Amino acid sequence: MISDTMWFKKEKGIEVTTIKREVPNGLWVKCEECGEILYKKELAKNLWICEFCNYHFKISARKYIEILTDEFKELDIDIQTANPLQFEGYLDKIKTASEKTGQKEAILIGEGKIGDYKIALGVMDFRFVGGSMGSVVGELVTKAIEFALSNKIPLIIINASGGARMQEGILSLMQMAKTSAALSELADAHIPYISILTNPTTAGVMASYASLGDVVIAEPKALLGFAGPRVIQQTIKQELPEGFQKAEFCLEHGLIDAVVSRDKLKKTLIGIFDFFGVGKEEIKQEINN
Amino acid sequence: MIWLDFERPIVELREKLESLRLTASEGGNVKEDIKKLEDEINTSSQKIYSNLTSWQRVQLARHPNRPYTSDYIKLMFSEFFELHGDGCFRDDPAIIAGMGKIDNKPVVLIGHEKGRSTKERMYRNFGMANPEGYRKAMRVMKLGEKFKRPVISLIDTAGAYPGIGAEERGQAQAIAYNLREMSALKVPIIAIVTGEGGSGGALGIAVADVVLMQEYAFYSVISPEGCASILWRDANKSAEAAKALRITAKDLLELGVIDEIVPEPTGGAHCNPEETAKTLKRTILEKLEPLLSTPPEILVKNRVKKFKAMGIYAHSKV
Ligand SMILES: [Zn+2]
Repeated sequence: MISDTMWFKKEKGIEVTTIKREVPNGLWVKCEECGEILYKKELAKNLWICEFCNYHFKISARKYIEILTDEFKELDIDIQTANPLQFEGYLDKIKTASEKTGQKEAILIGEGKIGDYKIALGVMDFRFVGGSMGSVVGELVTKAIEFALSNKIPLIIINASGGARMQEGILSLMQMAKTSAALSELADAHIPYISILTNPTTAGVMASYASLGDVVIAEPKALLGFAGPRVIQQTIKQELPEGFQKAEFCLEHGLIDAVVSRDKLKKTLIGIFDFFGVGKEEIKQEINN
Repeated sequence: MIWLDFERPIVELREKLESLRLTASEGGNVKEDIKKLEDEINTSSQKIYSNLTSWQRVQLARHPNRPYTSDYIKLMFSEFFELHGDGCFRDDPAIIAGMGKIDNKPVVLIGHEKGRSTKERMYRNFGMANPEGYRKAMRVMKLGEKFKRPVISLIDTAGAYPGIGAEERGQAQAIAYNLREMSALKVPIIAIVTGEGGSGGALGIAVADVVLMQEYAFYSVISPEGCASILWRDANKSAEAAKALRITAKDLLELGVIDEIVPEPTGGAHCNPEETAKTLKRTILEKLEPLLSTPPEILVKNRVKKFKAMGIYAHSKV
């Protein structure tokens, strides 16, 4: 339940572009997909979507929250990562990731507002040890689910993960069952859950809560799947088809409901909430009257 | 008989014993020597099998003679009717599903099947299921739910199959669906890891009220080889990885992931499949009894609570 996406850098041969271009200084950035040089300020304004190829850059959890919500308040849950297996170097890795991202773990959870809707929100951050899921991520996801349940508001999880976290061994695997069990309670209560899949969402996260949304939406070109491409290639010993495991491929195979660009996501979500009719303050008042 | 490297000392003693017995059959007076050697074999076996490393346990769990689901069906069930349909794509021989009777109690059984001969192993895809295997298992579990029959699940897989077709047909989705639906299934579920508990492919049929492991089974988020090649770029360091990952039955009991260890005969399940099955059957029946008299809502509530409690973390504030 750990995919290779978070562990291996792209092999040279798979690199899409071979055109070498100089990136002058911090003001410019090269598109990882098409190789175009993009003006950073423009790119940020464009929500980190390449204007040439529609590639969606990986962005931090906080940036995503900023893009998507009108209001957001982080839920302060008093837990932190331990080292249950006494795995060598694990806590150092966590410390480095914390310093790099300014986050305690690979997911931020909180309550927020999108349009007129109150929501429970969880946003994963791939920069934090590949968005891997250990006990804390599992518990925070569960807390977000429980928050949605007790407040009867929709749940949104923005996924980005290479899967379960190896350093917590079997406990990481059990987070798949834990979060799925929590989601069975949410489903029972008829509270909507929208899962957003960003690049990449694979392995243990994809094979649990990321796939269990009432509606599952992916960002364009996101890599989505159970096993990582390298593992599959090593197993079957043949080339993988063009576009394999990309969001568009998954859409074609009926594995997800829609591919939606980051800039259209908020509007799409509001439309879905309107349909489900859960979480809008006004509606509640109407019923009370 | 296939022997593993660390079993060498026992094999050598056994060979000696054989030749002594031959001497005895030819009229030689070696009675005392035989007795002494038999004792020595016992002592040596006890010593070896009670001090196994994690990696040696992995080898026993993967032993080619280890009993599989089809063996347990023959050894534990008085009746069994296999159900092949996932109702969707195809029968997945890597998972056996069906209804049967154990000690005259009707139950639903699902389990991985690795296959014994080379031909059968290929047919069974070495026990690595595709999405249709998980869907077939769920379909049969829902059948159990509909007719109020408990579910017994036997887990023994290197993992869910990583292939193109598996991805196209939604391996991740099939497993995720099983995790949620098993959490809420309104009949008792008992899961036993009988060999390899290979990550999500194992967990996909292992959400249960009671989760057991056989003594020499292992259960892990990643194979020791996979872990070693990620950590040290060296699959030869699997023994170290096996230890670091804490994957033995004892480890999992300590980590609160399983409820109990089911003992195996000295040397492992394959040394005496009949005795292994007898112990397993007795344990299943013992665990089943209180579950059968628990109301379904309480059963589900407790199961969800059990899995929601999994994980170990620290608190910053006191
Ligand atoms: Zn581009």
